Amino acid sequence: MSTQDTGKAIDAQLSRRRFIKGCSMAAAALGLSETMVPKLVEAAASPQRPPVIWLHFQECTGCTESLLRASHPDIGRLILDIISLDYHETIMAAAGHQAEEAMQASIEKNKGKFICVVEGAIPTKDGGIYCQIGGRTAMDILADVGPKAAAIIAIGTCASYGGIQAARPNPTGAVGVRDLIKDTPIINIPGCPPNPVCFLGTVLHYLTFKRLPRTDQLGRPLFAYGRKNHDQCERRPHFDEGRFVEQFGDEAHKQGYCLYKVGCKGPQTYANCPVARFNDVGVWPVGVGHGCIGCTEPDFWDTMTPFYERLPGVTIPGGGQGIVTGADSIGKKILGVTAAAVGIHAAVGIGKKVIKGNTSERAEDK
Amino acid sequence: MAQRIVVDPITRIEGHLRIDAEVENGVISKAWSSGQMWRGIEVILQGRDPRDAWHFVQRICGVCTTVHALASVRTVENALGLEIPMNAQYIRNLVMSLHALHDHIVHFYILSALDWVDVVSALQADIGKTVQLSETLSNWPGNSANRFRKVQSKVQSIVDSGQLGPFANGYWGHPAMILPPEANLMAVSHYLEALDYQRKADQAIAIISGKNPHVQNMSVGGVTAAINPDNETTLNIERLYWVKQLAEEVRGFIQQVYLPDVIAIGALYKDWLQYGKGVTNYLAVPDMVLDTKGTKFDLPGGTIMGGDLGTVKGITSFNDSYFRDNVVECIARSWYDGDWTRHPYEEDTVPKYTEFQDDGKYSWMKAPRFQGQPMQVGPLAQVLVGYAQGHELTTKYVNDTLSRVSSLAGAQVGPEALHSPPGRHLARAIRASMLADLSIKHW
Repeated sequence: MSTQDTGKAIDAQLSRRRFIKGCSMAAAALGLSETMVPKLVEAAASPQRPPVIWLHFQECTGCTESLLRASHPDIGRLILDIISLDYHETIMAAAGHQAEEAMQASIEKNKGKFICVVEGAIPTKDGGIYCQIGGRTAMDILADVGPKAAAIIAIGTCASYGGIQAARPNPTGAVGVRDLIKDTPIINIPGCPPNPVCFLGTVLHYLTFKRLPRTDQLGRPLFAYGRKNHDQCERRPHFDEGRFVEQFGDEAHKQGYCLYKVGCKGPQTYANCPVARFNDVGVWPVGVGHGCIGCTEPDFWDTMTPFYERLPGVTIPGGGQGIVTGADSIGKKILGVTAAAVGIHAAVGIGKKVIKGNTSERAEDK
Repeated sequence: MAQRIVVDPITRIEGHLRIDAEVENGVISKAWSSGQMWRGIEVILQGRDPRDAWHFVQRICGVCTTVHALASVRTVENALGLEIPMNAQYIRNLVMSLHALHDHIVHFYILSALDWVDVVSALQADIGKTVQLSETLSNWPGNSANRFRKVQSKVQSIVDSGQLGPFANGYWGHPAMILPPEANLMAVSHYLEALDYQRKADQAIAIISGKNPHVQNMSVGGVTAAINPDNETTLNIERLYWVKQLAEEVRGFIQQVYLPDVIAIGALYKDWLQYGKGVTNYLAVPDMVLDTKGTKFDLPGGTIMGGDLGTVKGITSFNDSYFRDNVVECIARSWYDGDWTRHPYEEDTVPKYTEFQDDGKYSWMKAPRFQGQPMQVGPLAQVLVGYAQGHELTTKYVNDTLSRVSSLAGAQVGPEALHSPPGRHLARAIRASMLADLSIKHW
């Protein structure tokens, strides 16, 4: 044994001694007898990771892919240290019968204790034949597995409310989990896909407090869906003061003005996008010049389209002019500074063109 | 008497796939591939604003997401005869190529590696020999004794916990898993590192696309990413350089880890290079656009018929009639009303389910054909049509890769080996290496 390893072993013994001592003190504080100490030790030091069974129905795997992008916890830490992902078709080594066996073994062992995650909608038309796995319809699988779970997390707008396949005319009769399961606690994490922090935050909340976080009437956790994007948007002052992008690529667009007039649905969308941001690089769609499409709202594919038309029923302050006088002249002053430099000479690549000041279009295709 | 084997679900893919095979004397004599889900996006799109279509079709797949978005906006632009500003083409090229880097890394490590790599065998690996092996393949700084020791103890703790999670019920210890323990340990270590590097590729995409997966910066006619070096909310120099740095880091992983790993697996599974051809008609479309009209590209497209590189014929623009006029789809085996073969412009999509009929209809998939033939698409197709046309970047990586496989395998391995299962992985790693270079060129 190397010195380093010996050191580690001693550390481990010491920390275990301290740990048991701590448990004894806890038992005394709770008025429990010394005989309870081993049980406390066992419960507190259980190496079992909470089991998770992840079902895929009518979906695109975008929600799973969003988890691959997560950083805290990252996917490796999540599945190796925090949970035991006992069934997940996109990641698991087994297929076919072996996959089904793994699911059944976990359900049997952890009945009433596992978390069931559902990704995708459930088609109900024509007996549910529009989505089948291992010879069973999605409806059958959900009816079998769902009630055996401690709680169900519906990840994405599809599992929450039906999603894209439920868009008009909903040809497969697609619905969300809450339309079919009534007696198991369900939490909805909508978004297309949702920010992984909304899902992971919910999992960590559940593991920490042993209950699901507080939700709104649509079953969404308040910590992530409590406010409208519009009310947290960094472009909100432009809205209030009447500075709008009229067309993608206009000067106002290059100044980062409000996207309401080119279709932004932020005023009716409850989400944390401007606060949590995506991919750990401080971005969200509005931040890169595209309106919010309202993807955390039920039926957004019908109620928020056309995406590039103005959302009705939104009042621009100041009778539609904005509440700051002289907003126009401020805007013009800024525009003067950034009038694009003309092309020096052609460069391949977007970054190189910007560096050379050559952002004018069509310099090199003549 | 043939034995029927049904594998359902096929895992580590996107979607719901069932494969049936009849086996006689150890050889598959008949097989069926059946898509088990229909959502009806073709039907849902009817009557909607064409500017919205790309948001819908991007949701066909959350794994290959961006290319559906691009195909959709290009379709509308093609119908309207629009030219696309060059800046927008570069941004789209960056999104496409960076997404391919993410995708190819995930495809190999997360979706495929567990078919070649025995995770449990990694416990038997000697750390010193693992370091030696890794140093013969590349000079990647992640290949250290401390790193390998840490990974081995992580695998040990998972096995000891009795909770194998996603690794439960794998074919661990199966005689077809022939990698030595040291190669398995190195691969598991790279599996975990791959999780970090695929994320970096996504971060680069997100900087220009607002989020990922399902980008939100396309529009019919261009992109919505505004460029202004004098503004804090637009693509400015800080943002652009961040994209470049991430792309360079990912290129390092691809060229120093992913490609060498696949070369090693190709050499160690060299018997597998001899069989497992799929359809040997190949089709790839061109991309990495170099002009506003979509007629010049850095990534060539074309077709090859019957595995004969001499038959190569280029697809050279977004308007190429050779591609447009020769594509049809067929529903003879599909759960839709009718029994037709039609050009996509003439199709309809009316679901009509039957049971699984061995000699009739058995899948929700329509069957695409080119000149009446099934075609293999994907990275191998792209690499072969480039190689057959003498495309410089493709030729460089194909020749270099095959010579490294040959030298490790101790036998001459030529381009014909690319038709095999490990060959398709080699082609994907070659395409990733090319696109890593091209993403930086188009930056």
